[in-house]
Amino acid sequence: MSDIKKFMYLNRRAPYGTIYAWESLEVVLIGAAFDQEVSLMFTDDGVYQLIKGSDTSESDMKNFMPTYRTLGDYGCRHMYVDKASLEARGLTQDDLIEVAWEDFETEEEVDNIVEVVDAEQVATLLAESEVVFSF
Amino acid sequence: MKLAVQVNEGPYQHQATDSAYHFTKAALEKGHEVFRVFFYHDGVNNGTRLTTPPQDDRNIVNRWVELAEKYDLDLVLCVAAAQRRGLVDDGEAERNGKDATNIAPQFRISGLGQLIEAAIQSDRLVVFGD
Amino acid sequence: MADLHTVNKSPFDKNSLEQAIRFSTAGSAILLIEDGVYGATKGTVAEDMVKGAMGDKKVFALKSDLMARAIKEDRVIDGVEIVDYAGFVDLVEANDKVQAWL
Repeated sequence: MSDIKKFMYLNRRAPYGTIYAWESLEVVLIGAAFDQEVSLMFTDDGVYQLIKGSDTSESDMKNFMPTYRTLGDYGCRHMYVDKASLEARGLTQDDLIEVAWEDFETEEEVDNIVEVVDAEQVATLLAESEVVFSF
Repeated sequence: MKLAVQVNEGPYQHQATDSAYHFTKAALEKGHEVFRVFFYHDGVNNGTRLTTPPQDDRNIVNRWVELAEKYDLDLVLCVAAAQRRGLVDDGEAERNGKDATNIAPQFRISGLGQLIEAAIQSDRLVVFGD
Repeated sequence: MADLHTVNKSPFDKNSLEQAIRFSTAGSAILLIEDGVYGATKGTVAEDMVKGAMGDKKVFALKSDLMARAIKEDRVIDGVEIVDYAGFVDLVEANDKVQAWL
């Protein structure tokens, strides 16, 4: 068994209403230290985690949305968004944040690792993962 | 087979912790290895020794404790989730200046890295949540 | 590549079963636990969806959760296999990994 596993974090919940989105993001941040092959999948209300323009100044909740933008620096290589979930909520990729990624050794750069995928791709990506975290 | 189990919900509020317990017990009885049970989110509430359920109901915390005693199970509460929800052991009480502890025997408080490590080391991760 | 997908929500409450079916590949197993077992009952609006899934996937339901919810065996959709916790463990072992649809 290889030491590097394909990790998939499956996010299906909206932020703020419950703590699941924030605490699962904490797992991704801590998990970065283990140098695994990490992807995130956003389906259902999970797509709201990537929405631009969140303002928590009047709700007195911790605004963790900026943290998603840093995930490329935490070794996260792919952030997939289910197309049908996005469309069902009247959203497009333009409503979502962009997350840049750079390999500091090879200087390979990707402007935005947030990628909208169809149902078949979601199924394939989940099936190809070796560990799926659900929160 | 080597298993890692993740429990996301607290006792009594949600059946997830019952399911996790019965699954873990069945796996151990079949001779599988359970590398670790990791309690996250409100799941950390499974580790309080101060719970007093009615006598005609199951004692969820004690059930975990007894299973851990029998099989030398590693029961880990996530430290970040535990701090938020007031689950305290001696070390946490000292570090954060708390006047009491409430952690049940057999449980320990540690970092999220323990979940990641369990997922890497185990053949399967099984998640129970809401 | 075959995975075990666990579903613990009633299909009348949340779309977890629907998504588990949509996002699982052929040959996968779907195990209904907790309130998920309501999805195993005959005569509901979810029955066709479950039967459709059984075309290329296997569907299982946890015995103790069926019993607690008064779902007798004759009310379970034909083809849904009833397993106990030991059977749950066997399904975990028989598949490459487990995905929880919470």
